[in-house]
Amino acid sequence: MKPFGAIWRLPRWAVRTAPPVLVFMAMLAAWEAYVRLRHVPAYILPSPSLVLETLVTDRGTLFPALLVTLKTTLGALAAAVLGGVGLAVLFAQWKWVERSFLPFAIVLQVTPIIAIAPLLLIYLEAPSAVLVCAFLVAFFPILSNTALGLASADRNLIDLFKLYRATRWQTLIYLRLPAALPYFLGGLRIGGGLALIGAIAAELAAGNAGKGAGLAFRIAEAGYRLNIPRMFAALTLISAAGIAIFAALSVLSAALLGRWHESAAGPER
Amino acid sequence: MLDSSCGRASDIALPWPVWAWPAALDAYDAAMMVELVTKPLVSLRNAGKIYKNGTVALAGLDLDVREGEFLTLLGPSGCGKSTILRLIAGLDSVSSGTLTRGLARDRASIGFVFQDPTLMPWASVFDNVFLGLRLQGISRRDAAPVVNEVLALVGLGAEATAFPRELSGGMRMRVSIARALVLHPPLLLMDEPFAALDETTRFKLNDDLLTLHGELATTIVFVTHSVYESVYLSHRIAVMAARPGRIIEEIAISAPSPRAKNFRTSTAYANFCAQASLALQGAMDEVLK
Repeated sequence: MKPFGAIWRLPRWAVRTAPPVLVFMAMLAAWEAYVRLRHVPAYILPSPSLVLETLVTDRGTLFPALLVTLKTTLGALAAAVLGGVGLAVLFAQWKWVERSFLPFAIVLQVTPIIAIAPLLLIYLEAPSAVLVCAFLVAFFPILSNTALGLASADRNLIDLFKLYRATRWQTLIYLRLPAALPYFLGGLRIGGGLALIGAIAAELAAGNAGKGAGLAFRIAEAGYRLNIPRMFAALTLISAAGIAIFAALSVLSAALLGRWHESAAGPER
Repeated sequence: MLDSSCGRASDIALPWPVWAWPAALDAYDAAMMVELVTKPLVSLRNAGKIYKNGTVALAGLDLDVREGEFLTLLGPSGCGKSTILRLIAGLDSVSSGTLTRGLARDRASIGFVFQDPTLMPWASVFDNVFLGLRLQGISRRDAAPVVNEVLALVGLGAEATAFPRELSGGMRMRVSIARALVLHPPLLLMDEPFAALDETTRFKLNDDLLTLHGELATTIVFVTHSVYESVYLSHRIAVMAARPGRIIEEIAISAPSPRAKNFRTSTAYANFCAQASLALQGAMDEVLK
């Protein structure tokens, strides 16, 4: 039996992307039909077309808020990458550093960020507190995954580096860091999503209004005013931002691992 | 047990009458060669190895690795063959006895080929072979002629830009051998390098390895549990028994090098295989005692 793509002579990318797009369109159509046919009021469930319309009409409020949230998310992710990778490298080089700092990293990870945020808001300005909250959430997966990757280099290759009298830094640069790359990228993808969640959670806790308000505040504000279409529009932007971050990190992962790692490479020769 | 007198031409007991060997002179030449290359690169004397968990891997081991020879350690699993390679490489140390090396302890003195190709999957074939030179601080440009020469030597000149996952098992093993040879080490340690390959590929790589050994004059210590492979490749076979690991018999393979095309089907080969098999059976019986 011929595969779907061969019958219709569709390009490969179209065969891969068509199913989820079609399912998504069908769901939107069903949602739209349900709201229209059952005359559901917009303050209960707005139709997709109304959400889209709100996105356009409220763009002056929503898109600046999106930029604020994105700026926080990406800033926190960058800090988490620097901190997570840096600390993981120190863990790999000196065991006493790992023994000294890992418990604190675990404490930060297991304490709910929503419980830490009010405390941070006492000590820091709201934008800084939100950034730190997002950083704390994104930091641990990057740290733990990178540390695991650095410790997972092939034992025989480690022996080979010893045999060649490689220095500690040569072993790190030519063996441990490349071996840790797939683990790091896995942690980065988790961290990217978590940074956005951390930013949203911290924004909700901060309740920061005015020019520096993020999307979370706009959602809360719209909820108080029963402006449900705007809530959905803001939620749509948050989802879109999350998908964009995940997609960008997936592209980065494929670019870095494409030819050699099983997770990203094509079939073997 | 092996000692410094082992391998002298006068001591070598041929497993067949001289008149039965059509190239008796060649055999004699080979035996003489073993005698000529008697300078030990590595000597283990009464060496023992006990691991932290109490396992006695080796006990009372005497072994000389002579310059230029192809020595095979043959024995059942768990008899300490790989442990000996790790001791020689300096990746582990003896718990008792002595190990002396007659070669400089620099980056380039010992090459190691593992049972798995153990390549860096993120690096191209060129970069994998380049590794030893890179760690010596040699630039890619300066190393390129040497790396390309070694790749050509193992028949992978056209695969320099490929990644390991794009190669077959046999080709990966060739890369591993090239990586070990690029530093022109005086001593090459090979830990069951062809164990996971199919018979055809193994035969081909056996021949290629003997050719390389002839061209580069590198001393090789080869570990295998295959009687046939050990006889085909070696000047000398050290048969080992387990629990604790020790050498119970030495067999000199006084067949001409390079091997004749029909060596695998010759009576001499069969006789050597029979001799090695009997020794291996003895090693197994020792374990069961």
